[in-house]
Amino acid sequence: MAMQLGTLVRTVSALVLAAMVSGAALAKEPLKVGFVYIGPTGDAGYTYAHDKGRKYMEEKLGDQVTSTYVENVAEGADSERVIRQLAKSGHELIFTTSFGYMNPTLKVAKQFPKVAFEHATGYKRAANVGTYMGRIYESRYLTGVIAGKMTKSNVVGYVGSFPIPEVVRGINAFTRGLRSVNPEATVKVVWVSSWYDPAKELEAAESLILQGADVISQHTDSAGPIQAAEAKGVYAFGHNSDMSLYGKKAHLSASVFNWGPLYEAKARAVIDGSWKAEDVWLGLSAGYVDIAPMSDAVPADVQSLVIDLKQQIVDGTLHPFAGPVKNQAGDLVAAEGEVLSDKELLSMGYYVEGVEGELPK
Amino acid sequence: MLRIEKRPVESRLMGYLSPVLAAVLTLVSGALLFLLLGQSPAEGLHAFFIMPVSDLYGLSELGVKAAPILLCAMGLAVCYRAKVWNIGAEGQLLFGALIGSWAALQFLHTESAWALPLVLLAGALGGMFWGLIPALLRTHFNTNEILTTIMLNYIALNVLLYGVHGPLKDPEGYNFPESALFSDSTLLPTLLEGTRVHIGVLFALLAVAVVWVLLSRTFIGFQIRVLGLDARAAHYAGYHEKRLVIFVLLLCGGLAGLAGVLEVTGPIGQLVPQVSPGYGYAAIIVAFLGRLHPLGILLASLLMALVYMGGEMVQIELGLPQALTGLFQGMLLLYLLACDFLIHYRVRWGDRAAVTKSAATASQGA
Repeated sequence: MAMQLGTLVRTVSALVLAAMVSGAALAKEPLKVGFVYIGPTGDAGYTYAHDKGRKYMEEKLGDQVTSTYVENVAEGADSERVIRQLAKSGHELIFTTSFGYMNPTLKVAKQFPKVAFEHATGYKRAANVGTYMGRIYESRYLTGVIAGKMTKSNVVGYVGSFPIPEVVRGINAFTRGLRSVNPEATVKVVWVSSWYDPAKELEAAESLILQGADVISQHTDSAGPIQAAEAKGVYAFGHNSDMSLYGKKAHLSASVFNWGPLYEAKARAVIDGSWKAEDVWLGLSAGYVDIAPMSDAVPADVQSLVIDLKQQIVDGTLHPFAGPVKNQAGDLVAAEGEVLSDKELLSMGYYVEGVEGELPK
Repeated sequence: MLRIEKRPVESRLMGYLSPVLAAVLTLVSGALLFLLLGQSPAEGLHAFFIMPVSDLYGLSELGVKAAPILLCAMGLAVCYRAKVWNIGAEGQLLFGALIGSWAALQFLHTESAWALPLVLLAGALGGMFWGLIPALLRTHFNTNEILTTIMLNYIALNVLLYGVHGPLKDPEGYNFPESALFSDSTLLPTLLEGTRVHIGVLFALLAVAVVWVLLSRTFIGFQIRVLGLDARAAHYAGYHEKRLVIFVLLLCGGLAGLAGVLEVTGPIGQLVPQVSPGYGYAAIIVAFLGRLHPLGILLASLLMALVYMGGEMVQIELGLPQALTGLFQGMLLLYLLACDFLIHYRVRWGDRAAVTKSAATASQGA
């Protein structure tokens, strides 16, 4: 009986203690995190990848966070109101995930100095506005290597959105990966002047295939190019997220963003008070970007080569833009032993050797 | 058997009531929709229609959102009164924004007080030019303005995209498709400290008054209405149809162009690829929802703006999908069309003979 009483006392005190602890935890309100999306969460590409990141953050941080998103927010006058509304309704950390939100984010941030803002892909920062982006060009270098091993015609097609440095850098990294294993191969680019236009992207891919391309890469957000490749029996790479669903045979791999760890880290930083506005631009080493699992069409030796190269990039022994880097005209942009600086990468406005055609100005 | 027949007399009262009826039906269906989504209908409707305008800032945003729609809709109403089916307010708005932005970029380093009026004038002229094209195509080549104005919308958009990716791009903007930020001398003054409500809202209200006077108190307004009611009568009366067509399209182009330049010099502050999330198209719905009457259009534009803002609010407050915005707009239009239809027609059971007989009895009675 005495034993039982002792157990009972212990149990009760443990319960009381547990209640006190959880009470203390409950006393702290969960951090409200807001997301502003350019597209619908079901776009299978850019916004889908961000929303996956948001869910990852919620899963990892449990009751410490709650999150809200607003989708299909136009980049014009509307975005400022949405961002402001999120700030006003108690969101203490707000991710604005498209380039066009840059100036609206800065305007709202000025009015809400206590809220932390994070803007994806931009170049303007403030005391409470940080920027973030993944070094997706590292993934593109790896997909370039796969393309170099898979192409028979030695012509690779690339569907581009807009000739901004981010996209040009991707084309160049891809081309350098391609030519590191296949110096004969060249890249043809078609610009569609849109981030998300499935029909136009599909047409662009078809015209590249007509020009002899037997591997298609893309820097747009829809699965259009994959579907074109699947229909024409050539290979393709997805972008933003694994798009193998849209072309079982065509899809070799994809350059993918992995925003989850970044969103988790930023939310943690706001919770423990260590958040500050900075520019985060990390890649494979931080896990912010990756490549999707390679399909069975990629031979085992190529797969192990790519995995090996990925490890080298993670370790820092391989850099996609390590010299010698030549531009299209054959001029040396980085000599042997040099590596292009971040500043040079961020303002990249030329094609490297191996890309055909002229870069639109 | 179910049959549809034209009503001999249309109820005037119901004509005015049908937008109200449509709004009520939308609210009721909206409540059901929230219920189906597992939300309390009261809370959902409150978040959708009340919360966005529950404070001064919200009201100011309503003005900011409604102004471009209102300006376009006023211009469209004049066109539609003349039965000139201009679908091109969107293109006229975009072209005005483009020309206005070009002008604003010429004044990047100017403090002159003349800069802003010149920029606004440039925008309005740009829109007028874009309205003049379909007008001349119709008066000289007898083209259908519905088709030409729709096509010109896409051309305007692509010219704007060319501008923002090409000559008007910010030289220090890392090749991103945006112009430089406009200088303060070409930005619209705001009416309330800490909000975005700008003097463009006053322009929109002025447009309501001007169009009202024009349509109901001037000879040209009378000619426009006669042309719309009966083109042949207008012809016999000696009115110049061609001049009237050019006039209404120039007027609409000017107002839409003004709406465009007010957007870029107001809430946006630079030229971007996405100047308009379809204001020119929303204005078509607003013009008809408002019965082509200036006051009705004013109310309809506020309602339309509120639906956009409510869609954002339910996403933030209740985590509901953005598609609700489209659903609410769609329901509003569907109910309006349905109400209008039932004002003009009635649905009857029974075969024709029975009806003819009853009609005969009715006429005998009369």
